[in-house]
Amino acid sequence: MTNSLRTPYDGIVMAAPVTIPYARYSIESAQWWIGRALSALVARAGIRVSDIDGLCVSSFTMGNDSGIGLTQHFGLCVRWLDTIPLGGASAIAALRKAARAVQAHDADIVACVAGDTNHVDSFRQTLESFSRFNQDAVYPYGAGGANASFALIARNYMRTFGVTREDVGKIAVAQRANALRNPHALMKTPLTIEQYLAARPISDPIHLFDCVMPCAGAEAFLVMRDETAASLGLPAARLLSTIERHNAFADDPMQVRGGWAMDVGELYAMAGVKPDDLDIVQTYDDYPVITMMQFEDLGFCNKGEGAAFVRQHDLTIDGDFPHNTSGGQLSAGQAGAAGAYLGLVEGLRQVLGEAGPTQVKNAKLGLAAGFGMINYDRGLASGAAIFAGPAR
Amino acid sequence: MIDPVQPPRRKNPLLRTRLPASPPRPRSRTSHGFTRAAAEGRFVLQRCEACGAFAYPAREACPACLSAGLSFVDAPRRGVLLAETTARVPSDVYFRERAPWRIGLVKMDCGPTMVAHLHADCVEGAPIVMSFQLDKSGQAVAFARPEEETPNMADDRQWREMTADPKFRRVLVTNGRSVIGQEAVAALKAAGAKTVFVGVAEPWRPFAGEQLLRGQQGIEVVTLDVSDEKSAADLAADIGGKVDILVNTTEYVRPGGLLDRRGTSIARDEIDQAYLGFINLAQAFGPAMRMRGADGVSSSAAWVNILSVHALANWPAFGAYSASQAACLSLSHCLRAELRPGGVKVMNLFTGPVDTEWFQTVPPPKVAPRAVAQAIVSALRGGLEEIYVGDVAEEIRQRLAANPKALERELDK
Repeated sequence: MTNSLRTPYDGIVMAAPVTIPYARYSIESAQWWIGRALSALVARAGIRVSDIDGLCVSSFTMGNDSGIGLTQHFGLCVRWLDTIPLGGASAIAALRKAARAVQAHDADIVACVAGDTNHVDSFRQTLESFSRFNQDAVYPYGAGGANASFALIARNYMRTFGVTREDVGKIAVAQRANALRNPHALMKTPLTIEQYLAARPISDPIHLFDCVMPCAGAEAFLVMRDETAASLGLPAARLLSTIERHNAFADDPMQVRGGWAMDVGELYAMAGVKPDDLDIVQTYDDYPVITMMQFEDLGFCNKGEGAAFVRQHDLTIDGDFPHNTSGGQLSAGQAGAAGAYLGLVEGLRQVLGEAGPTQVKNAKLGLAAGFGMINYDRGLASGAAIFAGPAR
Repeated sequence: MIDPVQPPRRKNPLLRTRLPASPPRPRSRTSHGFTRAAAEGRFVLQRCEACGAFAYPAREACPACLSAGLSFVDAPRRGVLLAETTARVPSDVYFRERAPWRIGLVKMDCGPTMVAHLHADCVEGAPIVMSFQLDKSGQAVAFARPEEETPNMADDRQWREMTADPKFRRVLVTNGRSVIGQEAVAALKAAGAKTVFVGVAEPWRPFAGEQLLRGQQGIEVVTLDVSDEKSAADLAADIGGKVDILVNTTEYVRPGGLLDRRGTSIARDEIDQAYLGFINLAQAFGPAMRMRGADGVSSSAAWVNILSVHALANWPAFGAYSASQAACLSLSHCLRAELRPGGVKVMNLFTGPVDTEWFQTVPPPKVAPRAVAQAIVSALRGGLEEIYVGDVAEEIRQRLAANPKALERELDK
């Protein structure tokens, strides 16, 4: 393993994981959803709004607003502020920045929040104006959106490594089983592998149950030093390590690995743990094939062994490899940028023992990953974090 | 292998005509380097002047060395198809109506990877040939075809969306009295046009070549005097809903410029025939063509103008004529914008002096009318916007790009 020269996150903790239950469509604005999340954070932590002195926000649908507009909107007076437009990697990136801010005493309590609304036409609008490369060189080609782009990646990956739809489907089916225990998940009916295989094609080889359901919602947590958490009497999870990487492996003609593969050694070295030590894993599941890629790139198996790994493990809450315990984006819903937060927030609940019906027994050590921004032909942003509950 | 496109069945007049939709149109300004190339049927990519690397999509700095010196240059067209997908549930109206729609990711031999529309015969792992085509919103898109010719290649459904192939379409050639008009009729018939309507003014007056038009299968002589608003409107009332391609072969060439003519009567005739004739045609036929841009196999598809290359640079020996052509060129850009919502292409063919009586005293090289007719067909098949026919036109294009002042001085002789 790589020896890390990076400053350890000693004494940095996360607390008050908050999820505002999702809605398929909402007539409210993104600002409304973010406001609900901030309100829930304050209530959950038992602090005053004025105690929040740092804010980090991510959203696709808040129009011309960035974090600064939100300070006035929500009556916040902060001394540290960031807006992170990294899609599915936003939560890990927010956590990394907030952790260093509180470690340096630039701020004491940072609220990390992501929220998006979903009006009837907002998903299509996000697709067509996603990025310049997307506008110039992807969207005019069939307007298939992320489904078509990831279909190309999935097709190449599945052919290269001999992965079948059954292999990929097992991930989606397990997550649906988990979602049935999450009262807030949008998907409320069981999913069998037969139903998965029989689903209608969206953009071959992507079929219906490979796709997330766009929705409205918000997720948030607080980052602070452990003495702050102790003084508030807040249960908190210690941050052990993080990685973040953008535009990795640009010379790969097609994406068969994400940036995690570049930094995975450091991820575990900095945390001082091995993949086997983890009690729960929350991958970024915009498509199950990307989850399979993460199993490889995050060190649970070698490249090309993702399918075998999935075959050999039970990915449900009570299984031997509890994964995406809330149902993930595939079954709980993808609330825009909050989708980046979903895994991390659920992971925090798990190691804090607060996950309720989705709780994995004795979950102490967790990993959450992020992935995002299919700017042209591949997802550019990747990140991951390892964290430990008070019991470890 | 693809099935040949079938001739459209007779249209049920009671059914609603599907209205045209446009594929996504926004592009960055730099990306229009591809639009410029696609208009002429060239394939270009950005290449770094500093390190030689090719780049795609359009960039403002070289991803290999950060130089800002990226220029659009003719690039090798060959690549290999890495992966394909079929979008079955696209999110915009144009593609949703045309789903399933096949796209792929191509690794170009010269370096970049390109998302491209796929010809149905493209196979993963096999070589392809890339081109930029103008789609129904008039924007350049990459289109991959198999390297080798395949059966019925031009009948590919996605390819036909990019082109204006005359096969099974109905065409109006506006001037059957001219040799270019007659050659155009023959070439379009040979290219598979279902019907060629050919306009003749004062049809009781006999003209050379009349026997080539009358009584021929699939050719209908119609009365049309483009300089007469009522004549154009009357014809449109009769066949306006059946004109899928309009080829404006209006021709009115007189020598002379300003000082050696007396008064404006010849200039008026030039304007009446070429410029006002264009307006009459556009107002009569344009609206229906714009409506019928998505009307099946024989949808309206293109408007073709035959212009003198001296529309781009005045030739004083035919100075007033050059000006009338410049007016038509400007108007064609207006027409292109107005037909764009229908997905109807406006194509301009620029020719040097044609081998006809009004250029009798002009020394060779002159363009054979048949070459113009063939260029019309190949422009329609390729979906082009700007076509230079013959050596004079091509030379003026190049000299204009190199130094317009030098061209201006040298045309004065």
